[in-house]
Amino acid sequence: MIQSLLAQGFQMMLVLAVAPLVIGIIRKVKARLSRRIGPSIFQPYRDLIRLARKDTVVAHNASWLFLVAPYIVFAAIWVAAALVPTYALGLIFSWSADIIVIVGLLALARFFLALAGLDVGTAFGGIGTSREMMISSLAEPAMLMIVFTLSLLAQSTQLSSIAHYMMTADVGLRVSCGLALLGLVMVTIAENGRVPVDNPATHLELTMVHEAMILEYSGRHLALIELAAALKLTLYLSMLTCVFLPWGIALNGAKLPVLGLGVLIYLIKITVASAVLAAFEVTVAKMRVFRVVDFLNFALMLGLLATLLLFVSRSI
Amino acid sequence: MLGQSFPFDMAHMLAGGMVTVSFMLLFQDRLIALIWFLALHALALALALAWQAHRQAADDLYVAAALALVVKAILIPMGLRWLVRHLQIERTVEAVVGVGMAMLFGIGLVALSVMVMLPAATHSPLMWEDLSFALAVVMLGLLIMITRRNAMAQIIGLLSVDNGVTLAVVGIRGMPLVIDLGVACLLVAAMVVFAIYFKHIHQRFDSVDVHVLDRFRGEES
Repeated sequence: MIQSLLAQGFQMMLVLAVAPLVIGIIRKVKARLSRRIGPSIFQPYRDLIRLARKDTVVAHNASWLFLVAPYIVFAAIWVAAALVPTYALGLIFSWSADIIVIVGLLALARFFLALAGLDVGTAFGGIGTSREMMISSLAEPAMLMIVFTLSLLAQSTQLSSIAHYMMTADVGLRVSCGLALLGLVMVTIAENGRVPVDNPATHLELTMVHEAMILEYSGRHLALIELAAALKLTLYLSMLTCVFLPWGIALNGAKLPVLGLGVLIYLIKITVASAVLAAFEVTVAKMRVFRVVDFLNFALMLGLLATLLLFVSRSI
Repeated sequence: MLGQSFPFDMAHMLAGGMVTVSFMLLFQDRLIALIWFLALHALALALALAWQAHRQAADDLYVAAALALVVKAILIPMGLRWLVRHLQIERTVEAVVGVGMAMLFGIGLVALSVMVMLPAATHSPLMWEDLSFALAVVMLGLLIMITRRNAMAQIIGLLSVDNGVTLAVVGIRGMPLVIDLGVACLLVAAMVVFAIYFKHIHQRFDSVDVHVLDRFRGEES
């Protein structure tokens, strides 16, 4: 019991520690690819510490909701991240909730962030919130369709069981898996506000989505929200790697050296995934907000197609 | 993870890839990107043909794959690109129905082709898969043709239908090489005809939108 709690606690600390590094690696790779030196990969940690030390300034007309929202957002995303297998399968928390709960927790976080964006009553908060809601209302069906495909394939909605099935069973090379992978990558890009959908590096008022919602935050509140955003990206990358590249994850009840190897392989996978995401981001241009609808419709369509083709190939 | 069913899975993957690229053709509304996706479609077809040739140890299918690669994936897209540049055709394609609607129709058509081919499943499940994918590609090509107003986009739809037909034929053992050679020559000839046809429409109406043809009631002499 103590051991499994320790393993789970280590996993939660690991994702928390890795999250700013993911952002740092992405920024570094993007900078290098555009022939700049770029800040160190540890810069996000320094930024977070700096923000946490600063005073917080709160608008006069902000309600209590504005003050508690960062904590709720951070907590919901952290709990969701604890449910995704990283270095080992079947940790103690992962049996209590499945992938649909993860989607639900992320939706909860988004709901409170949107409320906080509207709370102060500035124009930017409203614009950001309405755009975020538009994007998420399209991304969530796509995400759920992909979840259905994976759970039909693995006969389970438990992320640990899906990863275990992908690792051990005779899955073969399935076109449904390819489509689900592509769809999940598109959802990841949209949900985390990465480049073709939103640009996390600018504060240009015409285009910003996530940055517009959190414009009124400062100090430790901002630090919490930034950390939560990094954590969410790490969560999605971990989910992608544990489902589609499950090799090297320690199995249920593995010994300590195997767990250590699992941590190492997890770190390598996350680093590679961040670098690939960064390389993709420098090759595409940001799309207009109204084209995001088409982008996410395509992701939804991929999910539907994956389910449909699964029906064909399962009959063999 | 790769089981004994790998040879079959690979064929399945390539055919499924063609269906996906068909959806991309349906989704894309820029002419140059459409041509790129057509090349990708033909490339997937060439790979599927080569894989079948490898599986069936049929040398004539290798020739067919090479033909698909050279003619359909390289020459025809290059020709279409040249046409777009040369005639300075409008680069965005107007669709008759919205993208979301077209996608829904497309999904419906894929479901339909799977259902229609269901009787073949009792015969052999392998054949069911091959034929339903090929039929889906053909259907999606037809859908591309009816949802686009631009003559160039319609031609691209027609070419993807042709790729679908070739995919269907591959599943059945022993397509004579002569037929494939004939089809390839025909396509190149058709491209020339298309080029002249485009040039004329474009010269007359300054557009390749086929809707201008509806209003046209002959030359006034």
